[in-house]
Amino acid sequence: MTAAVQTLVMLSVAVFATVVVLTRDPLHQIIALTPFSISLILLFTVLQAPDVVLSAVVVGMLAWPVMVLLALGKLRRNEVDP
Amino acid sequence: MNARARRGVFLVGAVGVFGYLMWGVAGLNGFGHHTQTALRYANGVVAAASPLRHASNAVTTVVMDVRGVDTAGEELLLLAAIVGMLMVLRKADDEEIVPARLEAPDRVGTGRSRATSVVAVSVAAAVGVLGLYIVAHGQLTPGGGFQGGVVLAAPSILLLIGARHETFERFHYGLAWEIVQAIAVTAFLGVGVAGLIEGRGFLANIVGPGSLGTVYSAGTIALLNVIAGPAVATAVVLAALQIYHQMIEIRRER
Amino acid sequence: MIDHLPYVLAAWLLLVGLYGVATSRHFVHLVVSLSIAQASTYVLLLEVGYVQGGSAPIFKDVPSATRVVDPVVQALVLTDLVISVAVSGLLLAFIVQSHKRTNTTDPTAPQPLAG
Repeated sequence: MTAAVQTLVMLSVAVFATVVVLTRDPLHQIIALTPFSISLILLFTVLQAPDVVLSAVVVGMLAWPVMVLLALGKLRRNEVDP
Repeated sequence: MNARARRGVFLVGAVGVFGYLMWGVAGLNGFGHHTQTALRYANGVVAAASPLRHASNAVTTVVMDVRGVDTAGEELLLLAAIVGMLMVLRKADDEEIVPARLEAPDRVGTGRSRATSVVAVSVAAAVGVLGLYIVAHGQLTPGGGFQGGVVLAAPSILLLIGARHETFERFHYGLAWEIVQAIAVTAFLGVGVAGLIEGRGFLANIVGPGSLGTVYSAGTIALLNVIAGPAVATAVVLAALQIYHQMIEIRRER
Repeated sequence: MIDHLPYVLAAWLLLVGLYGVATSRHFVHLVVSLSIAQASTYVLLLEVGYVQGGSAPIFKDVPSATRVVDPVVQALVLTDLVISVAVSGLLLAFIVQSHKRTNTTDPTAPQPLAG
C-alpha cells in the first residue's frame, strides 16, 4: 500500500515536471508550476518529511510563482512603456 | 547554433549523463533499506535530540544545533542574495521613481478578481499567527526558524496579491524590513559567538536544555528558532518586494 | 534493481530541467526550468534518507527508540528550499535588468558584448 502510493506520487512528479519544462510560454508555465509543486509536496509527505513540507508549501505554492509573475509584469511594462 | 543542433548536442550529452547517474545510483543502498553503517550519523543525531537536548524534533535539532554552522552559512547566503537583489535592482541614473499613487489609477490594483482579493486578505492574518506558532514550537512539533520563517513571509505575499497598493505599502514602507533582517542575522551570529566566549565552540548549546516537551526546552535551539524566523521571513519578503517596487515604481526617465 | 527505481526520478528531474535550460527561448522559462533541476536534489536527498516503515523524526508522544527516517537530509533540504527562492529571485533581477539594456528575453539572441 505504502509502496503503491509512493510510486503513484513519484510518477506524478515526473509527469508534471516534464509538463512545466515543455510549456514554453512563461505565463502558462506559472500555472503548470502549481500541480508540480503539489505533487512535490505530496512526495515530501509520503517520504515522512513534515518539516520540508512546511517550507515547500509556502515556497512552491506562493512565494516562487508570485516572484516569477512580478518579474513577468516588469518585463511587460518595459515593453509597453519604454 | 540553431535550435535543432542545440537539442541534438544536448540529447547526446544527456544520454551520457543519464548513464553515469545510473552507474552511481546502482552503488546506493536500495530505496528504504539501509545498513546500520549508513545510518550511523542519523542514529547519533536521534540519540542526541530528545534525551540530551530535550528537543522532540530531530530535524530542527540538526538545523539549529548539530549542524548549526551550516545554518549560519545559509543565513549569510540569504543575506548575500538579498543584498545582491538590492544592488542589481537599484535605480539607475537614467531611471526615475514614479510614486505609484500618482499614476493613472488603472495601473495599480486592478486586473485581479474580487474573489482573489477576499480570500488572500482574509487568510493573511491567520497565516501570520500560524507562522508564529510554527516558529515558537519548532523544537517540539514539525517547524522551526526556517519553516516558520517562510510561513511568516506568506501574509506579506498574500497582501501583495490581494490588497490594494496603498494597503500593501502601509506594511512595507521604508527600511523596516531591511533593519529587521540585519538585526536578526547579527543576533544569530551573536548567539554563535556567545558559545565561543563561553569556551565551548561556535553555536554551542549554552542555554540549559529545559524540561522536555515545553516551549522552554532545547536551549539555544528555541532561541535560534525565534531569531531565524524573522531573518528568513524578511529575506523572502524583501526578495518579492524588490521586484514589486521595480515593476510598480521605476521608470525609464523621459 | 527494483529498489533503485525511485532514484531514477531524481535523475529524470535533473535531465528534464537541464533540457529546458538548453532549449529555452525565454529567460524566465530558463530560470523556472533550473528550479525543476534543483528539485532533483531535494528528491534524491530525501530518498536516500528514507527508511522503510520509518516515521517522521519527531519524538513528540513517541518513544525515542522508534524507527525514524534520517533527519540530517531533511535539515539539508528544508534550508535549501528557502535559499533557492532568494537566489532565484536574484536571477530574476538579472533578467529584468538585462531586458532593460538589450530589449530581449531570448537567451539565444546575439548579445552585445560591451555595456
